[in-house]
Amino acid sequence: MKIESVLQSVSVFGELLNGIPHGIAILGTDLCILTMNRYLEAMTGYSTDEARGVYGDFILRTNLGIKNQICAEVLKSGESVSIDGNIINRRRKKIPVHFTISRLHDGEGQPSGVLFVLEDSSVVKVEELSHREQSIRSKILGHSSQMENVFELMTVLARTDASVLITGETGTGKDLMAEALHKSSQRARQPFIKVNCGALPEALLESELFGHVKGAFTGAVNETAGMFRLAHLGTIFLTEIGDLSLPLQVKLLSVLDDKEFFPVGGSKKVKVDVRIIAATHRSLREEVQQGRFREDLFYRLNVLCLHSPPLRERDGDIRLLLDHFLRQFNAKLGREVTDFSPEAIDFLNQYRYPGNVRELRNIAEYSANICQGRVVEVKDLPAYLFRPAVNPEMKSSSAMSHPLVQREEAVAARVTVPAGGTTPGGWVDVEKEMILDALRSSGGNRSKASEILGWGRTTLWRKLKKYKMA
Amino acid sequence: MKIMITTRGDFVSPRFDSSSEVLIASYYDQQLMEEPRSLLLSNVSAEILCDLALKENVAIVVCGGIEEEHYQFLTWKKIVVIDSVIGPHEAVLELGMKNRLEPGIILPGVTSKEVAS
Repeated sequence: MKIESVLQSVSVFGELLNGIPHGIAILGTDLCILTMNRYLEAMTGYSTDEARGVYGDFILRTNLGIKNQICAEVLKSGESVSIDGNIINRRRKKIPVHFTISRLHDGEGQPSGVLFVLEDSSVVKVEELSHREQSIRSKILGHSSQMENVFELMTVLARTDASVLITGETGTGKDLMAEALHKSSQRARQPFIKVNCGALPEALLESELFGHVKGAFTGAVNETAGMFRLAHLGTIFLTEIGDLSLPLQVKLLSVLDDKEFFPVGGSKKVKVDVRIIAATHRSLREEVQQGRFREDLFYRLNVLCLHSPPLRERDGDIRLLLDHFLRQFNAKLGREVTDFSPEAIDFLNQYRYPGNVRELRNIAEYSANICQGRVVEVKDLPAYLFRPAVNPEMKSSSAMSHPLVQREEAVAARVTVPAGGTTPGGWVDVEKEMILDALRSSGGNRSKASEILGWGRTTLWRKLKKYKMA
Repeated sequence: MKIMITTRGDFVSPRFDSSSEVLIASYYDQQLMEEPRSLLLSNVSAEILCDLALKENVAIVVCGGIEEEHYQFLTWKKIVVIDSVIGPHEAVLELGMKNRLEPGIILPGVTSKEVAS
């Protein structure tokens, strides 16, 4: 009687069911199929006529457990269930589905069957993937083929839970990549903890990473959790992993292997579920060869490797980044600098950027501050760019080979180089040159030279000694 | 000839990848050569079942819903796969031996009343 009454109502609402853009099946109290809408027919590959009367599980082929347990429970308890799963259809396709299962009642309020709604979530999954890709791209700029490869690899890495080693020169965006990987992973809602392994002495770093118990050492008045425990279920990002001391490398290796560790001074093991992303600007392979980095840890970390290319190898990205940062600083500083002149762009395109994107950003900031007009000219660029590069590797093909350098050299000869704006060692060369110039003008008289330089005699003496010029 | 049927209770299991039982039978000239063996698997996965089919050197696999990937793998290994079969495994075996089993066939005895009985 109940089945018939349901069937009657189904025939009345048949067209209505067909209008709903989700798969719908109505099962009787015996969990046999009474009817399905057209959408579900398309999903399963069975027509209603074929499926009618057949036990629902044989037609729907869900992964919700054997013998339609969930349906039976819903029928018994009356509590609706909403759950993710999948079905395998007649065309051998596995379709991700969001199931909503509810109990149906007759006019007297008695259970008369089960309503099975199957929402095809394959479109949502595809959207999730493209969203994941977009979120990876949203913070990291780059259209070069090198960066396209990086983005492609990052999309794949975000889907896994394995350790990732990010390598690349300083300023290439390793931190951003690690954060983007975390935010696009399954652990996105969990914490992302960044630890700079090079910033703390060994003893402090161990306590920072693994925590300590009360009284573990002098001054340990309270128990601390440590970064690994704070990152539980999330991601820990160990930057400058190449600076990690050997004893800590051993401990880290055991954490990677067993996912558990002893806090400093503790006797109870702590278990954590953490994904590790490590980054370094050093070549870990070389560090291993020189005995400064454990080989086993290197191979353990190097499960998946992501290399961030240096800016000089990223074809066409320099202009894109310059424009982006100029716009950013314009807005921040309230300036109206709109563009770089063709000469400035030409020069900046040929510069080798040892500090990579970080250096380019600083150049854009400097230019936005210094430029008096609307277009950044060569004279508005930091003077250190026109100095000889200190790195011998850079010397041969660096900015010095550029014709503009010779033109600008005279301007830049005695220019005060902005603090922090030099390449490593650049200021030293400038200072040496200034001392030599002063000594030349004073005919070797140090007192006069110190006057020319505006320094005290002792300062000059100290500098001469420091630069081994005495 | 050897035939392997993925089962759940007395029926062909609805999904290949979630079958924990299989029935393996050897037959010749439409006659069983011995009592069919029923195996209970400790782990449930499509890969394990594919391995089992290869190890047992079966010629035919009969199952319910199977993913294209596994279907292609078995076919590539020269195993005939008759999928989307709904029905009691005894009847299925009978038809299989007579070479009258077709993919997508729905045999009698698959309503809940029949399942319960």
